[in-house]
Amino acid sequence: MTIQFLGKTLKNPIVLASGILGNSRDILERVYENGCGLVTMKSIGPESRDGHKNPTVIDLGHGMINAVGLPSPGYLNMGNEWDDLEKRDFPLIASIYGGAVREYQMVAEYVSLRKPDFIEINISCPNSEKHGMIFGVNPQSSHDVVSAVKKAINVPLIVKLTPQALDIGDIARSCEDAGADAICAINTVGPGMVIDIESRIPVLAFKKGGLSGPMIKPVAIRCVFDIYKAVTIPIIGLGGITTGEDAIEMMMAGASLVGIGSAVRYRGIDVFQKVVDEMEAWLSTHNYSIEDIKGAAHKEES
Amino acid sequence: MNTITDQKHIMLKIEEKQVESREFATLFFNYALPFKPGQFIMVWIPGIDEKPYTISYHEKDRFAITIEAKGIFSQKAVTLEKGDLIGIRGPFGNGFDIKSDTAVAVIAGGCGMAPLATLVEKLDKNIIFIHGARSKEYILYPDRFDNERLFCTDDGSFGRKGLVTELLENEITLGKHFDMVYTCGPEIMMHAVFNICEKYHIPCQVSLERYMRCGFGVCGACVCGKQVVCKDGPVFASSALRDIKDFNTKALLKSGKDVDLSQYFSWRCK
Repeated sequence: MTIQFLGKTLKNPIVLASGILGNSRDILERVYENGCGLVTMKSIGPESRDGHKNPTVIDLGHGMINAVGLPSPGYLNMGNEWDDLEKRDFPLIASIYGGAVREYQMVAEYVSLRKPDFIEINISCPNSEKHGMIFGVNPQSSHDVVSAVKKAINVPLIVKLTPQALDIGDIARSCEDAGADAICAINTVGPGMVIDIESRIPVLAFKKGGLSGPMIKPVAIRCVFDIYKAVTIPIIGLGGITTGEDAIEMMMAGASLVGIGSAVRYRGIDVFQKVVDEMEAWLSTHNYSIEDIKGAAHKEES
Repeated sequence: MNTITDQKHIMLKIEEKQVESREFATLFFNYALPFKPGQFIMVWIPGIDEKPYTISYHEKDRFAITIEAKGIFSQKAVTLEKGDLIGIRGPFGNGFDIKSDTAVAVIAGGCGMAPLATLVEKLDKNIIFIHGARSKEYILYPDRFDNERLFCTDDGSFGRKGLVTELLENEITLGKHFDMVYTCGPEIMMHAVFNICEKYHIPCQVSLERYMRCGFGVCGACVCGKQVVCKDGPVFASSALRDIKDFNTKALLKSGKDVDLSQYFSWRCK
């Protein structure tokens, strides 16, 4: 199921979502060996940050809630990992975040020199007081951060969006106008909250957290559908994708590649190969190619 | 009653508290928790934090965790009393692969005794059971088991003065044959046990520890080489250990930064 994406050849359209198992070269390589076509590092920030106290991640059965809080060694404290990653033989997205346009630009400029295949800017994380999401809900702010980062790097730029935007198509369009090469959608939904009724306090230490997993899939499908209508650049669609049929549905909404994250909880670390196999089986049963299904749900409208 | 235990916390009241020594306390709960020796649960003290703990006593309708007062969380945990509320989720991880014959050695170091306790209770009475600690007050459950136990301490205040690895190698050179060695304790000790096992071609199972968040293999906080400790482990067999290049060398801090193990443990024990 080889596929072309922004000038690179990927073995299949399945992507490891940022924030899942992305902590080291070794584990990223294992995910790649388990059938994933493109892997994403955990978001890298401007300085060392521990993230929140536990509880940070809770499975709710139909999905998860998390507020890990963007832990990062900081982009300048990852020497060993960067050295390891430069010797990789798998395609890599480096995800980055910042608290201001200048911080995004500073991190991106350095990260670009360490030669990831793509840089993804996370302008959509709900789990920090000052980072991320603020940029993803306003078209002008998105434009500012994307154009600043684009100037500082020499690898293709992916922008990760939040479903909290009033009109996610609008945000995607302003990112495209500012020079984004692709859109990744969606980050977690919410934020939501779970209260423990015995102790009468929110379960997550950060109180609020982003929702992921099967319960958010319809939101993700709708967002990708809206983005596909608004832009011409490719989309990495994700949010609750757990099976091959979920991935087919996401491609029909308009995704070129499909991300997987929480499904590692529900189907194991080999979920990537399972989803690829299921996609191939479905396509072969229906005698379709990948190109036949991409954006297929829009055909009625044109 | 809620039968799913590995999602949102099950809230339980402490039924009984047993003070083991100045360093250790055991908290008992009346709850039927499915569990295999070597697995762990995430323990939440509302408003404080949540940490992984092994189950140290396990019966049909009752279980316990044993806490060594070391950091902010554990120092709070040992002050809890009967009736106080905590949350648990789990159990997570794989647990020990249990061999029931007698040609087995169990090697415990310090609080590494806690995860091995329920294992020992499932093994034959005639195993070789070696238990070491810094000094007498760090010997956990000195009177708990039916098995004969060889004790040692760094300062000689209880049992022999010396290391568990010396006692293990002594048994082997005296001609004792082992089909399996189980160990839990400081990583440097487990690595030394593993090396002895490799030298004498004995299969070994080791329980690793890393900083954890989710407990079920998605967040990546606890990765060790290519292994996810909370999900693929925490128990690893020799075949896996040989390929874990971070075993006894590196671990990730809370920020995700990889550091030498000594730096990791000085942070963990704060």
